[in-house]
Amino acid sequence: MRPFRYSPALPQTPPFTVGDGLIILGLASLLYLGVRLAISAPAVVAGPDISLSPAALPWYALLSTGRMAAAYALSLLFSLVYGYAAARSRTAERVLLPLLDVLQSVPILSFLPVVLLGLSTVLPQGLAAELAAIVLIFTSQAWNMTYSFYQSLSTIPAELREAAAIFRLDPWLRFKTLELPFAAMGLIWNSMMSWAGGWFFLMAAEIFQVGARDFRLPGLGSYLQTAANAGDLPAILGGVAALILVIVLLDQFVWRPVLAWADKFKLEMVAGEQPPASWFFDLLARSWLLEQAGRRVWGPLTEWIDSALRARGQGGPIERAESRPGGGRASPAALVAGAILALALAYGGVRALLLLRGVTAPEWLQVGQGVLATFLRVSVSLVIAMLWTIPAGVAIGANRRLAALLQPVVQVVASVPATALFPVLLLALLRLPGGLNLAAVFLMLLGTQWYLLFNVIAGASAIPQDLRYTTALLRLSPLERWKTLYLPALFPYIVTGGITASGGAWNASIVAEYVEFAGQAAAVTGVGAVIAQATGAGNYGQLLAGTLALIITVVFINRTFWRWLYGIAETRFRME
Amino acid sequence: MPAQLNANGGSLLSVENVTKAYGRAPRRFVALQDINLSIRAGEFVGLLGPSGCGKSTLLRIIAGLNPPTSGQVLYRGEPVAGVNPHATIVFQTFALYPWLTVLENVEVALKARGVVRAERRPRSLKLIDTVGLDGFESAYPRELSGGMRQKVGFARAMAVEPELLCLDEPFSALDVLSAEALRGELLELWTSKAIPTQAILMVTHNIEEAVLMADRIVVMDKDPGRVVTALPVRLRHPRQRKDTAFQALVDKVYAAVAGRTEPEAAVSGTAPGQPGATEKLPAARINALAGLMERLNADSGQADLYRLAAELKLELDDLLPIVEAAELLGFAQVAEGDIRLTPLGQTFADASILARKEIIAGRILRQPTVRWVYETLLRDNDQRIAEAYVLDRLRDEFGEYAQAQLDTAINWARYAEIFAFDDDTGELYLEK
Repeated sequence: MRPFRYSPALPQTPPFTVGDGLIILGLASLLYLGVRLAISAPAVVAGPDISLSPAALPWYALLSTGRMAAAYALSLLFSLVYGYAAARSRTAERVLLPLLDVLQSVPILSFLPVVLLGLSTVLPQGLAAELAAIVLIFTSQAWNMTYSFYQSLSTIPAELREAAAIFRLDPWLRFKTLELPFAAMGLIWNSMMSWAGGWFFLMAAEIFQVGARDFRLPGLGSYLQTAANAGDLPAILGGVAALILVIVLLDQFVWRPVLAWADKFKLEMVAGEQPPASWFFDLLARSWLLEQAGRRVWGPLTEWIDSALRARGQGGPIERAESRPGGGRASPAALVAGAILALALAYGGVRALLLLRGVTAPEWLQVGQGVLATFLRVSVSLVIAMLWTIPAGVAIGANRRLAALLQPVVQVVASVPATALFPVLLLALLRLPGGLNLAAVFLMLLGTQWYLLFNVIAGASAIPQDLRYTTALLRLSPLERWKTLYLPALFPYIVTGGITASGGAWNASIVAEYVEFAGQAAAVTGVGAVIAQATGAGNYGQLLAGTLALIITVVFINRTFWRWLYGIAETRFRME
Repeated sequence: MPAQLNANGGSLLSVENVTKAYGRAPRRFVALQDINLSIRAGEFVGLLGPSGCGKSTLLRIIAGLNPPTSGQVLYRGEPVAGVNPHATIVFQTFALYPWLTVLENVEVALKARGVVRAERRPRSLKLIDTVGLDGFESAYPRELSGGMRQKVGFARAMAVEPELLCLDEPFSALDVLSAEALRGELLELWTSKAIPTQAILMVTHNIEEAVLMADRIVVMDKDPGRVVTALPVRLRHPRQRKDTAFQALVDKVYAAVAGRTEPEAAVSGTAPGQPGATEKLPAARINALAGLMERLNADSGQADLYRLAAELKLELDDLLPIVEAAELLGFAQVAEGDIRLTPLGQTFADASILARKEIIAGRILRQPTVRWVYETLLRDNDQRIAEAYVLDRLRDEFGEYAQAQLDTAINWARYAEIFAFDDDTGELYLEK
């Protein structure tokens, strides 16, 4: 695999704006809506019976994959529509981009309890949990894909756009021949990242239960949890094996072929040295049946679609290369819609505030302590992750043979969602002193270290050979070598890895800090535990307070600390 | 101004008082000012000028890609609104879709015009054949050389049978041999009337190329972009570069492009931000300037600019800023396409490094931008000021070119050890 920087999208904006305040208010009123619904949520929610028979595994694997696929389809559709709207209209851009920026730094898992409770009052139980899982995965997948698509659209080289205009490509043809192909590479890489991240949330959603409310879903996640609860080692092994098998199969039969196929969408005008290879794609490409289908069905079909859409768009204006709509005044309909939305937001915000007024001082104290404790836990896990991934990443990245050997292994290990292993972790750690604390940090570590490791490997293999030689010739001591070469060269990679890692760690707190294991509940101090316990006890004011506090804290840390480091990385430590 | 510029009657296209400006009042930048130009059927017009003179912008306005701020473009007497369906462009960077094969790249132009599949294929194949790419139909652009890619660009442009073919520096991204071959092939298609094209407009910064191909050369200058003159080319095709008539015309065009700088006093101008224009710093590095001075000094202090460019293997766009810098500092004078060292220039070329720094320091402090930065630094308490502040002030004067102006000023001042820039803090500071 070529070095790839898993970079979060960080538009250069000031730390905090009025827009951010509005967006947080909007989130608050949405949360209020959920809580409002949740008040009439059933007090007892019966969970599904999970069979530990190995014969059930294929079915559970299918269910889990189905949820992932549904959420991914939703994310892709959303990305295309939202990204296109933001790129095509300046008015839309002004609203949509800041919104995206906040949404992608919000700890998504904190929404899970509210969404689950809210949906379970309006929908039948099973359906509500299914839908909540899909919505949750969607919210974890959509933002980076959307941002990537938007960014691709707005970086299309001017001459390619001008060629589209001068050759009079209508909007559909332009989308098909220019915009989508140009965005394909970024969209596919981000899809792979999103998909991998999605497993984490799926597993969390499948095993979520508090008190008498059991929201679990039949799937690989709940299978593993049940197996761990029962201490059934063969079942645990079987579950993990099934999960890895599903991930490897998807990689071999979906993502690798797609990547190999998409290699032609690279913009570079030079042939790549090492194009991504896929045996399955080669097999398909040589298939007689597919070739015939392409010629007899796919060809005429696209031809028909192209001409039908062309006929519809006939006479429509061919866009000039320079102009972008939306500079002018908003239409009356948009104004009315905006006003209604603003009113709804204001109403929701006020109601949310009223609900928060009912939260007692000790409860607020709990929330504050929780945020602080979780912050410490996240920091510890990040530090531990850095301590081992930086030396290991440099060792792997600087050594081609080692890299070729270890990369596939690391990828498979990293692709196993940490949340799936959490019940197993508990089985091993819960009996130790400070067991849950240990397990929580461990879960955060498991969920986040890979981003760091991948980034460090990518950074280490991007260090120019000349610099390595120079460092060797200067006979610098190991300490000096780290100070003058490795740390500065890796800095941007560590920062981008760290941003993603800390986001993941905050998310993990929701499932890590309160667990029900083998019929017993255990909790540590932490905002995740506060949210989970408030969900179980039906303390909706505190649920809202905890969720909001978590969101604001994370957005704040992202906007100040991480963005500051990111700025330094981009200006001081860029390799040109 | 020659009569052809305002030709009426049989003109295919006419540009009337076209002005293009970006931004608003204090930061308004005029890319094109009051352009008048007409192109007759059967004519090959070369549009020549230094970079930044807006020639490519003019080409896009003519093709209808960009609207002018004021004025209008008439095509066959009708105002052009939106992309002109009778015009097409061949781009400098080819602008091929890398994910489409050669055939698909040509076909998509026909598809967009609603040509049915059955007709599209043979027409595209024939065009690919015409440009000599048969056998490469299923290749992707990245598998082709630059020259072959541009052939695809031409084939695609011809697919839509344009009346007006606009060429935007179509040969400048190619290697010398491919460019020459492709020029010959285009000229042959054009002079033998093998293509239904009525007129060609070619933007270029290569003087020889313009003299080789065009029937008329329109010369533009920058700040603001405007047409300064037009020269007819009455040589018969095929033209020979070695001909004395050809060479004489090249020299004449060179003089028109490069030889119009004014005496020092007239151009220095006021400090940035003050009323009145401020002279711009040419984007030249002092080291390149020193190299030019040494070269001229070794060559009896004088050279023909065009030949100098050829010998140094520099494009016009690369050489002109250095020549401008030499004039600005009083090291050289340009007249009739020749550059001549002044006594000061000669002293500079002979001087030691330290003496050179002193000469440069003395000369650049007369330049308003450098002097303004220097004086601002002197007045400051700790003699450090933020780059952002300086840039902000310069932007009022130079708009989008502020950063480039500051970069040049810093490069010169660093050489002269007047002031420098601290990248870590983003501050300019006075050298002790």
